[in-house]
Parts: sequence; structure tokens; C-alpha cells
Amino acid sequence: MPRPVQPWLVRATHWANLVLLTVMAGSGLRILVAYSYLGPQGAEYGWYPWQGASPPPALTVGGWLAGARHWHFAFAWLFVANAVVYVAYLFASGEWRRRLFFPRRDARNAWGTVLHDLRLRKETPPSAGLYNGMQRLTYTAVLALAPLVVLSGLAMYKPVQLPRLTALLGGYDAARAIHLGVLAALALFTVVHVIQVLVHPRTLADMSVGREGRPEEAS
Amino acid sequence: MTRSTPPAKAASASGAPWEGSSTRRGFLSNGLRGAGLLALGGLACDSNRPHAGFLGVMERVNERFQRALFDPTRLAPELGEDEETDLEDFPKYKISPAFPVAPAGWRLAVGGLVARPLTLSAGDLQRLPRTRTRVRHHCVEGWSAVASWDGVRLSEIARAAGVDPRARYVEFRSFDAGYSSSWDLESALHPQTILAYGMDGQPLPIEHGAPLRLYAAVKLGYKMVKYLTEVNFLPVRSGGYWEDRGYEWFAGV
Repeated sequence: MPRPVQPWLVRATHWANLVLLTVMAGSGLRILVAYSYLGPQGAEYGWYPWQGASPPPALTVGGWLAGARHWHFAFAWLFVANAVVYVAYLFASGEWRRRLFFPRRDARNAWGTVLHDLRLRKETPPSAGLYNGMQRLTYTAVLALAPLVVLSGLAMYKPVQLPRLTALLGGYDAARAIHLGVLAALALFTVVHVIQVLVHPRTLADMSVGREGRPEEAS
Repeated sequence: MTRSTPPAKAASASGAPWEGSSTRRGFLSNGLRGAGLLALGGLACDSNRPHAGFLGVMERVNERFQRALFDPTRLAPELGEDEETDLEDFPKYKISPAFPVAPAGWRLAVGGLVARPLTLSAGDLQRLPRTRTRVRHHCVEGWSAVASWDGVRLSEIARAAGVDPRARYVEFRSFDAGYSSSWDLESALHPQTILAYGMDGQPLPIEHGAPLRLYAAVKLGYKMVKYLTEVNFLPVRSGGYWEDRGYEWFAGV
């Protein structure tokens, strides 16, 4: 029996992640409102261009600082649990082979896809199975960001009880900057991701109802 | 609460024989609706009541997580003088409209479940073993700052007062419009938890809690009560100024 393009566990964790990431990002931005500077008091980072700029209220969740902190630290557990289920499934099912980026297999295809999408090259890169090389590179990079966002969050939450982690990330204020930086990267990914889905609406159906793969898509 | 009621005509047309079963059905559906609302209420995330519902359950989960991570012997890194924040850049917070000034004849009262309740003057505190700590300060708002703090370890006061083993919590009260907080005993007895009367080598400024404030490495700033008047060792936790308004009670770092 052909495997669905997106198995049900991938679909379930994908949509759960959309909800959880929205809550985490929104409550995180509401926490940022309380002190919208990066760097310690009296030594704010010179490289950060948005010192003192509050995120727009429409993007925030939790209403006020205490509410947002409660949302953030409650849903963080669900966010991590959902990611653990996804990663466990990814490896247990063998799905990692057709989803993760392997330079030897995917680098040439990724580059070809970029050139084609930028209209610099006419010919489409050959089909590489479920995803093209560039998709694999992007999805793998986003997966790699997930541990960084969790660890930098933990370093900020427990800078005294987790001293090595906090030191590894460069201290409390550096961890805070990293945490916000990863959010910015995830936001950028989401924008490009949504545009790509609008351009290729079939992928939305695959992620929602789990159409079975056609033979030429099998890998 | 709005409930749709069937039009009178339809009700009369349905006739008597169904009346009984329809009330039973009504009772059932009302019961189900009530149970559903209760379940939703238990799961709800109400930003204005963060101690309730799902958010409250998770606050208690997080308290357990934080207590499991807490090591009473682990010290926060002591920092160098060059890492101190300029005194004018260290934020100054209060609840009263103006910075509160200590009443004449100010004393600290140490009480609750103790063998020897104490009343300590500023001079008495200065005569107790003096300690200095210079650690990173973490505010709930997200900023950090560094100052050095001179004072006496709270564990020293606890020993002098003879704390009863039944005391599991410590309550701190102030003369700043009733500002207060309560702590778990373990964090209160941490070696870097002190009652501070000096900051950056100078007597504690009024803006930072003179004549005496709580300072600690292991809690967020709002737990460190300034303008202290009372320290009570208690068998139960009391809330606190910000805690009663929805902020997290444990708030360890």
C-alpha cells in the first residue's frame, strides 16, 4: 500500500505545532514588551537596531506580563512534547531519509532549485522524491533551530540553576538575544513557507487530508 | 446566559405526552452543557487569572520542575567589580507614590515558628557576620543588572532565632504600602540570600530599599522585598503583592 505523502502523525504534529508556535511566539513577544531592549542595564547591545521598540499588540498573546509568562511556561511543555513526538516518529518510521538534508544527495539539487526559482536557470532540477534539495535544507535548518530556541529559553528561565548552559550561550542577556533571533528566523521561514504553499496549493491538501503518494513521488 | 426557547406554537403542538421526556432531555442536555462548561473552565487559559485553570495547573508543574532543579549548595557566579552596573542605571522600583522613608525607631521583627523572636536594630544587624555578594540580578521584565550587596545571610538570622522544623516558608513584609512576598524555606536559606544594608560599598540608598532589603541570587527581583519590617517563618505559604495579582509565586532563577 503506498504511503501517504504526509503520514497522519506528520500532519497532526504539523498543525499542533502551528497552534503551539503561535502561542509561544505571541506570549514571548508580550514578555518582550515589558523590556524591549537587548543587553544588560546600562550596556545595551549596540548592534540591535530595535532598542525600545515594542512589538505590535496584535501579535501578542497573554494580555499582560504575568499572563504572558504563564502562557509561555505552560505551553512550552506542549511545544517540546509535540516536537519530541515528531522527531521520534521521524526516526522510528524512516521518514528522516526522505525529509532531512544530506549534502551529497541534495546540495546540487538545492542549488539548482534556487537558480530555477530565481529565474536564473530555465531547466527544472530533476525530481528528488518527496522534497527537492532546497526544501530538505530549509526543513532541516528549521528542525535544528528548535533545540536552540528551547535551550536559550531554558538558560533565561534558570540562569543560576543551569550555569553551564547559560555560560555556553554567552550568559543571560546573550541567551535572550539568541532566543529572539531564533524567533525572527522562524518568522522568516514561516513567511516564505506560506508563500510557497500558496504557489503550490496541492501541498496544503497533502498536509491536511493525507493524499496517497503517486508512484513517481515514492522514494 | 442566553438560551433559545422554542416558539410557543411548536411547544403547544408537541402536546403533553412528550412533555416528560423533553424535560428529561432538557435536564440531560443542561447537565451535559454544565459539565462541558466546567471542563472548559478547568482547561481555560484566562490571562487575567493566571493562577486558575490550565495556566494554574502548569504553574504548579513548573514549581515542581524548579524545585527539582534547585540545588541549595549551588552558588551563582560571583562577578567582578568591573561588571557592576552604574548606580544610576540600576532601576528603582516602589509601590508607594514616593520612595518610602523608614519610620523613626525602625526595627526588624523576626517571628513566626521560632524559638527566640528577635527585634533587630540597624546596629544589631551590622554586628552580625557580614557578607558581600555580587551576582547578576534578573528582573521579571527581562532585564539584568549587577550590584554588590552587603548584609547578613538570612540563614544566620534563622539560626539566631532558632527556626522550628515545621516552618517551610518565609514571609517578608515591608513599610512600602504593604508590599510583601513569601518564599520557600530552601531558597531563603541559600548562602547568597541576604538581608542587605549596603549597595556598591555604600549604605543602601533609599531608592533601593533602605534601611534593609532582601537580596538573593536565586529569585526574580520582585521576590526581593525592600524596606523590610518583618521576617516570619511560617508553616504555610502566604502570597505577596505581585503574586496576589497573578505573578508566579515560586519565581526562581
